Amino acid sequence: MTASDLQGADQGFRIGQLINDTRYRSITFQVITLILLVLGIGYLISNLLANLADLGQDLSYDFLAAPSGYDINQQPIPYDSQSTHLRATIVGALNTLIVAFLACVTATVLGVIAGVLRLSKNWIISKLMAVYVEAFRNIPVLIWIIIIFTVVANVFPQPRDFRGDDATASPIFGVVAATNRGVYVPRPYFTNGFGLSDEDAIAEVGDDAVAQAAAQGSVIDWLVILAVLIGSLLATRAITRWADRTQEKTGKRPTTWWMSLAAWILPITIVCWIMGLSWEIPELRGFNFQGGLLMRGSLIALWLALSIYTGAFIAENVRAGILAISKGQTEAAAALGLRPGRIMNLVILPQALRVIIPPLISQYLNITKNSSLAIAVGYMDLTATLGGITLNQTGRAIESILLLMLFYLTISLLISFFMNIYNNSVRLKER
Amino acid sequence: MNKSVFFGALAFTGLAAAGASAATLEDVQARGTLNCGVTTGVPGFAEPDADGVWQGFDVAVCRAVAAAVLGDPNAVEFVPTTGKTRFTSLASGEIDMLARNTTWTFSRDTDLKFDFTGVNYYDGQGFMVPADLGVSSATELDGATVCIQTGTTTELNLADYFRVNDMSYEPVPIETGAEAVQQFLAGACDVYTTDRSALAAQRAGFENPDDYTILPEVVSKEPLGPLVRHGDSEWFDIVKWTLYALIAAEEYGVTQENVEQLASEATDNPEVNRLLGTEGELGAMIGLNQTWAKDAIAAVGNYGEIFSTNIGEETAIGLARGLNAQYTDGGLIYAPPFR
Amino acid sequence: MSDTHAESVAFVRKTEIPPAPPPVTETGAIKWVRENLFSGPFNTIMTLLGLYVVYWLLSGVIPWILNGTWEGSSIRDCREIIGDTGGGCFAVLGERWNQLLFGFEYPSELYWRPTLAFILLFVTVPQVLFISLPRKLLILTGLYPFLAYWLIWGGSILIPFFALVGLVLGYAAFTRAERINFAAGLAAFVVAAVVAWWLGGFLTAAAPNFLALEAVDSRNMGGFMLNLILGIVCVSLSLPLGIVLALGRQSRMPLIKYVCVVFIEFVRGVPLITLLFVANVVLAYFLPPGTNFDLILRVIIMITLFASAYIAEVIRGGLAALPKGQYEAADSLGLDYAQAMRLIILPQALKISIPGIVNVAVGLFKDTTLVSIISMFDLVGMIRGPILSSTDWVGVYWELWAAACVLFFVVCYGISQYSQWLERQLQTDHR
Repeated sequence: MTASDLQGADQGFRIGQLINDTRYRSITFQVITLILLVLGIGYLISNLLANLADLGQDLSYDFLAAPSGYDINQQPIPYDSQSTHLRATIVGALNTLIVAFLACVTATVLGVIAGVLRLSKNWIISKLMAVYVEAFRNIPVLIWIIIIFTVVANVFPQPRDFRGDDATASPIFGVVAATNRGVYVPRPYFTNGFGLSDEDAIAEVGDDAVAQAAAQGSVIDWLVILAVLIGSLLATRAITRWADRTQEKTGKRPTTWWMSLAAWILPITIVCWIMGLSWEIPELRGFNFQGGLLMRGSLIALWLALSIYTGAFIAENVRAGILAISKGQTEAAAALGLRPGRIMNLVILPQALRVIIPPLISQYLNITKNSSLAIAVGYMDLTATLGGITLNQTGRAIESILLLMLFYLTISLLISFFMNIYNNSVRLKER
Repeated sequence: MNKSVFFGALAFTGLAAAGASAATLEDVQARGTLNCGVTTGVPGFAEPDADGVWQGFDVAVCRAVAAAVLGDPNAVEFVPTTGKTRFTSLASGEIDMLARNTTWTFSRDTDLKFDFTGVNYYDGQGFMVPADLGVSSATELDGATVCIQTGTTTELNLADYFRVNDMSYEPVPIETGAEAVQQFLAGACDVYTTDRSALAAQRAGFENPDDYTILPEVVSKEPLGPLVRHGDSEWFDIVKWTLYALIAAEEYGVTQENVEQLASEATDNPEVNRLLGTEGELGAMIGLNQTWAKDAIAAVGNYGEIFSTNIGEETAIGLARGLNAQYTDGGLIYAPPFR
Repeated sequence: MSDTHAESVAFVRKTEIPPAPPPVTETGAIKWVRENLFSGPFNTIMTLLGLYVVYWLLSGVIPWILNGTWEGSSIRDCREIIGDTGGGCFAVLGERWNQLLFGFEYPSELYWRPTLAFILLFVTVPQVLFISLPRKLLILTGLYPFLAYWLIWGGSILIPFFALVGLVLGYAAFTRAERINFAAGLAAFVVAAVVAWWLGGFLTAAAPNFLALEAVDSRNMGGFMLNLILGIVCVSLSLPLGIVLALGRQSRMPLIKYVCVVFIEFVRGVPLITLLFVANVVLAYFLPPGTNFDLILRVIIMITLFASAYIAEVIRGGLAALPKGQYEAADSLGLDYAQAMRLIILPQALKISIPGIVNVAVGLFKDTTLVSIISMFDLVGMIRGPILSSTDWVGVYWELWAAACVLFFVVCYGISQYSQWLERQLQTDHR
């Protein structure tokens, strides 16, 4: 203000210039905005403090260190009712990430298939896909989640139907038990891996859970497997590059499919054999199946509903992406003698991807955000633990919801950040 | 009124600018209706019937307070609340009182800054299982899948019970009671746990109630009662003594039927006279008119009548009085003297 | 020449042979079936698979509908009537239809009011939607919100009347003061409107029963009506807010720009359900002690903020899609910022954004079902709460969810079809 006053003194500054002179107008507006903003926020905060004082409450995150007192059924990390609210929060966050990741993968697969098939010349198939897309796009996802949850609970047999000689249900192939509480699948574990010697995990969960901790295996085992798979991936890419070079030099492309296959299969088989891969088959004991890996009805409902629902949107994006490629591209590719399958793979899809990726990013964001509807079916994600039971039991509404929002905000910003980097790298360099 | 017109015009939507100030009684009287928080639906306790009229045991307490304060048992606005929203609704002043089978606990009374006005139902958490499961005691439930309604003390009690008895279980948390029952009936869980009164109430609605048994174990103390905000003692007294008036009416034999007659002139029983306002100045002492208790009893009946019409043994819910009998009959229901 | 031929050849065709009909397999339905359904082994398999899916769906749904019953007053009656024919118990829809549409607390003798408001919607909306209708009819549309408010909520007609008067006076003041500049016009608008509302407040207080309909508390709104109210109100309110945010995000003033960016990214980064939690349990802390909005208004505020961020992004896309020349042309005509935006930029940008805005609107309408999670009885809340928990209808879910699906599908599909039509109508560029 003083600066502009001084300046104004030289040039005959008038107050009216603050509005009418474009040099000052933007500064005026910003100062007004800033004042309004500060006043508004200050007003809200003063209200908050007054209300808290009235109710005799305070803002504090101390409750996160207190024992939670409730149990969570799906525990990616060891947890019991004596663990802290913070740990419950982390368990919830991991569960959110699990279901979001699973749904992103299946939604993409489903969406690409449905999007391509909707453009198929086959009338029945393209109409079926149109019905699928329209039905799921036009009905709220919450309804789909609840419907699929109801279907799981009412259509699959109860565990006790598997019992006895007159059992009305039996596990699929003797190993996969689809009950209305969830689907039990065999769980891989390593008898000879690094997991059994992981004493930290055992010590942490206490003596009761030693067997459980040991059976859960170690993260290291799975990291080894992951490393081997990444190695195989790199190897196959090297093989492809070698084949490309050979083709450029000699004009002939060497047959490489068996090399790639070997690069995928051999290392992983050897590693599994060394580490002693075994399968834990679910068995009916007591009230439930024991052992194996349980995918609960709530997880299945949420996972399926999110992927089918979002798949319908992705299908539309894929279709739009393919339609955005001009017909000349297809005709040119056909003129070069490419078969329809190769036209799609080599010419259309790579170009369509540029159009498809940006909306795909927002679909992934939507999945992550919609996974918060888990609360409707009792899947213990972050909204159900921190935003649900913890909030209820401690009464710390402001703190819990703030933390909840921060988590989703971080995830969203991270996803869009990484996808934008990718997006920039595939963008057509245009002038 | 000016304010409400202004805001209403501003937003094109309805806006009730209600005060959550300390003087709840004045607010209620100025507004002409009582805002009473109830559940989203537990048969027998609070549930809208097919015409949308709220009925039930907790609802009767709301109506009694409305009758005592406003003279009209129908001047109640029922606000359905979930386990998550009930306390914030009360704290923010959206509702004047909460009658939503809420357990009286230390931390709710102190840390959350509420006042429990008494106990209208002594409950305890129980378990329900299908009869053909062959389970006769909760101690046999090791490894069972348990359906619970989230946001209640139930899940904490459950965790404690299984932990103390060194058993494992698989919790299936469900948002609403109706959906928990649906899952239980579909066999998606072996056990359904909640307050025993609610178990009985919901079992009554099953197609074959006899196929399900409620296990004998009571794993917690659940004194349920209405509550109000901390810091408004006048309002606290009104809700508290309305509840006690209903209880005392049963003890003295004042019923919905004979209350008008007993209140028309002083009777031989001075306690009844003071209760019904034909003697003494009890009404004025809590800032209400002389017939406040008579109005409440005339509106909903005495405690025993409320119990038997909503959840008693003659109803589909079929709960016995048990702990909720008058102290004279060996129960815990006891009203301090009216004098 | 011809003579010699005539002698050496026995028969000479003098007329042209009529073209033979193509083989049966190359015409009509058969050709279509061959080309479209069985053009190759893969296509044949897909067709058969598709036919099986259609059969499977129909074989489940048709008996359910045909054998279903509309009679009976409880699930037990239904079971008796249906027996084991696999029919549905549609009687629940008959008995609870009003509850599904209006919620259980809206006075049943007043159902005609929201119904009338809904019908009037169809009278007033076409002027906006179909450009060919006379523009004068837009006045009806402008009156509609006030009329609908009066019909649905009841109370004295003076409340919506003075709200309208305030806006009209504000607009009159705006047109006067706008000659000075846009900011002055805006200020005049606010002052005139507030003064009118303030004066109107006295008059309304003086005659609270003038032409009063029986007032209905907004707490008593429910069922599909609540979804429609929330959807329509929030979309209409979020449009202007979204435009302001989009313009703010494009602003050259850094402060305004960053305020808008932070707001938009924050709202887009968190799930709607957390915002509803805020409306439900946290917002009260930020209001002055003693005030208390009712829940529906708090929810409207939060959903509007939520939608406006998404609409802002859509409009930003529209603004970015305009050629730079349009901005420069506006500048060269000497238009100031407000004029350029109002007369040149926004009309074009909004036209480009219509499909996106409709997508947001449909998504938002579907998301209104989330209010069932914070104990409001919209359509989904009615089904999950009072209807499913009533002892008469315990276990009737397929019929209720099917009804919910149909209601949402009809509305959403209708809107999206309309937007495609509108897009074609507004297409002024010749491609």
